[in-house]
Amino acid sequence: MAESYRRSRWTNGLFVVPYLSVFLTLLVFPLGWGIWLSLNKVDLFGGERFIGLKNYARVLSDPIFGQAVKNTLIFVGVSVPTLVILGLFLALALNKTSKGSSFLRGLFFASSILSVTIVTLIWRIVFIPNDGLMSLIFEFFGWQPIGFLSTTGWSLFSVGVATVWWCIGLPMMLFLAALQQIPKDLYEAAALDNASRWRVLTRITLPSIKSTIMLVAIIQVVMQFQLFGQAQLMTNGGPAGSSRPIVMYIYEVGFLRWDIGLGAAASQILFLIILCAAMLQYWVSTRKEEVDA
Amino acid sequence: MKAFNYSPEHLTSNRQLFWIAAVLGVIMMAPVAWIIGLSLKDNAELLRGTEAVFSFPYTLLNYANILESSSVFGWFMNSMIVAVGQTVGVLLLSSLAGYAFARLEFPFRKTLFIIVLFGLAVPEQAVIIARHQMFNWFDLHNTHIGLILPNLSSAFGVFLMTQFFRAIPKEIDEAAMLDNASTFRIFWKVLLPLTLPAQATLGIFTFLQAWNDYWWPLISATKSDMYTLTIGIASSQTNFAQSEGLGFLGAQAVFASLPVVIVYIFFQRHIVTAVSGGAVK
Repeated sequence: MAESYRRSRWTNGLFVVPYLSVFLTLLVFPLGWGIWLSLNKVDLFGGERFIGLKNYARVLSDPIFGQAVKNTLIFVGVSVPTLVILGLFLALALNKTSKGSSFLRGLFFASSILSVTIVTLIWRIVFIPNDGLMSLIFEFFGWQPIGFLSTTGWSLFSVGVATVWWCIGLPMMLFLAALQQIPKDLYEAAALDNASRWRVLTRITLPSIKSTIMLVAIIQVVMQFQLFGQAQLMTNGGPAGSSRPIVMYIYEVGFLRWDIGLGAAASQILFLIILCAAMLQYWVSTRKEEVDA
Repeated sequence: MKAFNYSPEHLTSNRQLFWIAAVLGVIMMAPVAWIIGLSLKDNAELLRGTEAVFSFPYTLLNYANILESSSVFGWFMNSMIVAVGQTVGVLLLSSLAGYAFARLEFPFRKTLFIIVLFGLAVPEQAVIIARHQMFNWFDLHNTHIGLILPNLSSAFGVFLMTQFFRAIPKEIDEAAMLDNASTFRIFWKVLLPLTLPAQATLGIFTFLQAWNDYWWPLISATKSDMYTLTIGIASSQTNFAQSEGLGFLGAQAVFASLPVVIVYIFFQRHIVTAVSGGAVK
């Protein structure tokens, strides 16, 4: 009886048919169709004309795209290390069983469950010139108030502040999980040696969670490369495009200017970047399992 | 012998670190407290200066205004329909597929599973333009079904459920087989009840994602009566602070986050498991 259950039968495959049909129509097909669109000049009212790689050439020579890539790289370059270091710090500080720590863990993770519109609404109200919380704080210290969202140089920074506030929970939780995995006897040995806290941190704790640090960094790179809502809602990419990320470029080109071929080409370029990061993530996590085993 | 009353926790964390984290926690909460404060103030009073937040009187007028505004309530209902629809759909599709991938043999099982895993690496941006066109062909924009469908293709649920079904001891289905139960019966009556904790984890995770989704509803729901709450709140941000007043905007933010905050308070553990499990695997 058990034998027949284990035997390969095509009827068993019926269980995966519902998901696979959705998967094929809504993920695989649009992926292929998107690549095809990127190779065409697309008329809004139907009809495509094959133009090879011309859309890609147009994207890559578009100064606005160049600026968006630069903004995204700066954003990723600053926000990811901040998230990793801050997340690691919080995990180290809150890796206890006390009520206070558990409350704070819950608090730092809580912002991650809010939607991007709520996060940006909160931060826009905080950053309003004159009346915002930031302005009140600046006034209190007697500093010159800044138009955070409307000043080149500050706008992307402000988007970054809101992003770190929104995303800090996940790195912290991943680090906490990793800290729990460190074998206790390592610490026992250190205690017997009367090692200082700093030595324990640099010689035991950090080396033990090395692969998790890598992993968190890569996950954040993948996520932050996809920056969109925060920038679109807080600054609308401005002023003068100084906070426009790649995804917002795709949105504007594809859905506001309806230059579908160009938007599709830009999105394939972004996909390629993200795919590289995801491969790296896969590689790191499989290597991690080998190390753990 | 000091060394023997060691505790690993003492070596990695200490009081000072905890207090720094506590101060950061206060900074973290400051914007939220600010918004809640604003939401409890009269808009006219706030126009004269937001310092008014720190003094009496407070009022619930802004919340009353939300409940009277039919559009916000409609958006709330849209969000509910979409989030519940997506959750049910994902649970159903993922459980069926996860069971088969984990327990049954059929042609191309391994190949199909690997292809599905590749789906995990495809970001929304890579497919969104083509999807938008497809939904145009079938006239699915500005419908609930059009808002629900795209995320049903997410491979994450299938991956998670496959893991969970694999974790159930094989003896359980073997015992059921001796009773001559059909494959579907084993799935439905024997194994599915055992995956309830997993269903909860995946369900809550999917609900939150659907509730907070931004990109797709932004381009698919273009009529204001089809907006989800996320998009509705975004649309009222465009004429920011001018027409409606900061108190009302603050109240909107609080109102819109209530469902997820409640879900979070009750199911924190599930959410953390789903989110961190999904990221590591």
